[in-house]
Amino acid sequence: MSTTTETTAMAPPAGALTVEPVRVTVPKHSVASELRAIRIVWRRDLIRFVNDRVRIAASLVQPLLFLFVMGSGLQAISSAGTHGVDLKTFIYPGILCIAVMFTAMFSAASIVWDREFGFLREMMVAPVRRSSIVIGKCLGGATVASTQGVIMLLLAPLVHVPYDPVLILGILGLQLLLAFSITAFGVMVAARIKQMQSFFGVMQMVVMPMFFISGALFPVAGLPGWLAVLNRLDPLTYAVDPMRRLVFGHLSISPAARAALDPGVTWFGWHVPALLEAGMVLLLGLVMLAVAIWEFSTSE
Amino acid sequence: MASEAQPADGRAIEVRALAKTYREVQAVKGVDFDVAAGEVFGFLGPNGAGKTTTINMLCTLVKPTAGSATVAGHDVVRERDDVRRNIGLVFQDPTLDSYLTGAQNLKLHAELYGIESSLVAPRMRQVLTMVGLWDRRDTAVGTYSGGMRRRLEIARGLMHSPRVLFLDEPTIGLDPQTRRSIWSYIRELQQREQITIFMTTHYMDEAEWCDRIAIMDHGKIVALEAPETLKAQVGTDRVTIQTDDDDAAIGALAERFGITARISEGAVAFGVPEGEHFVPRLFSELGMPIRAVSVSRPTLDDVFMSYTGSTIRDAEEDQSKHRNRVMMQMMGGRR
Repeated sequence: MSTTTETTAMAPPAGALTVEPVRVTVPKHSVASELRAIRIVWRRDLIRFVNDRVRIAASLVQPLLFLFVMGSGLQAISSAGTHGVDLKTFIYPGILCIAVMFTAMFSAASIVWDREFGFLREMMVAPVRRSSIVIGKCLGGATVASTQGVIMLLLAPLVHVPYDPVLILGILGLQLLLAFSITAFGVMVAARIKQMQSFFGVMQMVVMPMFFISGALFPVAGLPGWLAVLNRLDPLTYAVDPMRRLVFGHLSISPAARAALDPGVTWFGWHVPALLEAGMVLLLGLVMLAVAIWEFSTSE
Repeated sequence: MASEAQPADGRAIEVRALAKTYREVQAVKGVDFDVAAGEVFGFLGPNGAGKTTTINMLCTLVKPTAGSATVAGHDVVRERDDVRRNIGLVFQDPTLDSYLTGAQNLKLHAELYGIESSLVAPRMRQVLTMVGLWDRRDTAVGTYSGGMRRRLEIARGLMHSPRVLFLDEPTIGLDPQTRRSIWSYIRELQQREQITIFMTTHYMDEAEWCDRIAIMDHGKIVALEAPETLKAQVGTDRVTIQTDDDDAAIGALAERFGITARISEGAVAFGVPEGEHFVPRLFSELGMPIRAVSVSRPTLDDVFMSYTGSTIRDAEEDQSKHRNRVMMQMMGGRR
């Protein structure tokens, strides 16, 4: 951190105080004031994200590695099972999900960061409801992560997925939903954790297994029993599956390939509708948001 | 708005039997005081005396265990939001977002406090000019020096025209020159904006700037007066002598003059009326060599010493020694 010389501002500048002070008043609680608080917390996340180009680049590395390195590397040994579909095309929906996941985690982590650097206190003492702060934070994380998702979305033609307005809107919607729920989860965890290292420790412990089990990298049919059970319990499964159905709905591939690669999640043989899956992700996100709000409202 | 009116008796802060206990530790043991509107009120004491806990209760960050307090006419427990709307806070630890610019930090504050949009820009200009940061408003706070950050925090605390400004150790860790400039800002804005200032410090020289000071020690207020009154109450000059055998000197002082002296900051110190006249007697009657002597008029340090039995620095040294000892015991280590 550089230091700047104090000499320019040692004494109060003459004349600075000769004008009548501008008096402002702080209004009582209202819906409008809470919305303003939500908006500014949301905007702060955006401003910080835009200023931090390194972070934008860094969080693209992992999804790109999975998509292009693993996708291309395993292509030769997997081609028999994919019925001629490029492995990259197959894992693309899963990659669309994890791209927003990692970014959303980072956004939630900034709460821990804010606590370490004191800024959280500035928000906590403001005459607004804690829920407004938490909601603004979750929306901020969701927006930032979706922006990241858009970059991954632009890569679609490279993995043989066409640009299609309906598809793009659908993907954006699902990404926003997933990013919101993950941020809510992260904020909920961040309420209890005071140190950055512990936060990332917990995240590694929870997020990586969730990602691997979710079926982002494999079809969810014909799994060994233990993995099938874990897979159906993993919330991320219900974000990856609708994403894959959406993407595969816009591909022209053989019925055999479709059946093998996009079997859809089943509960005891019943095909879970995509809308229900998305609804579950939303519900879970809202529950975690409520827990996060409760945690922040009762602390201090 | 009726609720915005000053309390009829012109009191900005009223505190009655306020106490806070953390598990077994009594941080604040029931304090009473009033602060008049427009007053600069200082809380003085060593680290760990309960100053920060008291300030945190007054600005609604910590719930009192017992007693009550009102700030700007609102109860700190029952009317938390009303208190928060009327106070500005500058904490001991920095609470700025160093990735944002100075202006962005203030803008964020204005939005959180719901300040009328058309007034945000002129008010921001005013508070930034007041602390001499208007020219640096579009630079990231990360590039500011320590003094600039503190001034920006003061500007932010004033952004919403608070009626009471709380400053918790506003000049800690700053060099004397910057401290002086921050004090002249504080004084000037207090006159300009007619706000009440409640601050804590453990710099004795800073307490001189206050209209009234409360000395806090071990969770209690031991004195509360204007600095001049407190100094006059001491009534004695402070004499410090250096000898080859301090313990013998203390013994000799007690035996021959009936004076209770103690060791403070490496020298024997005691108070006597009319110190200059006492020194010649001291040299002829003490019966042991004196290497150096100094006589000084009472300072707030002496006031502090007369009420707490040690200088503020000694009190802090004792505490840090105690803390270190506790740490060592906890770690199972031995010196």
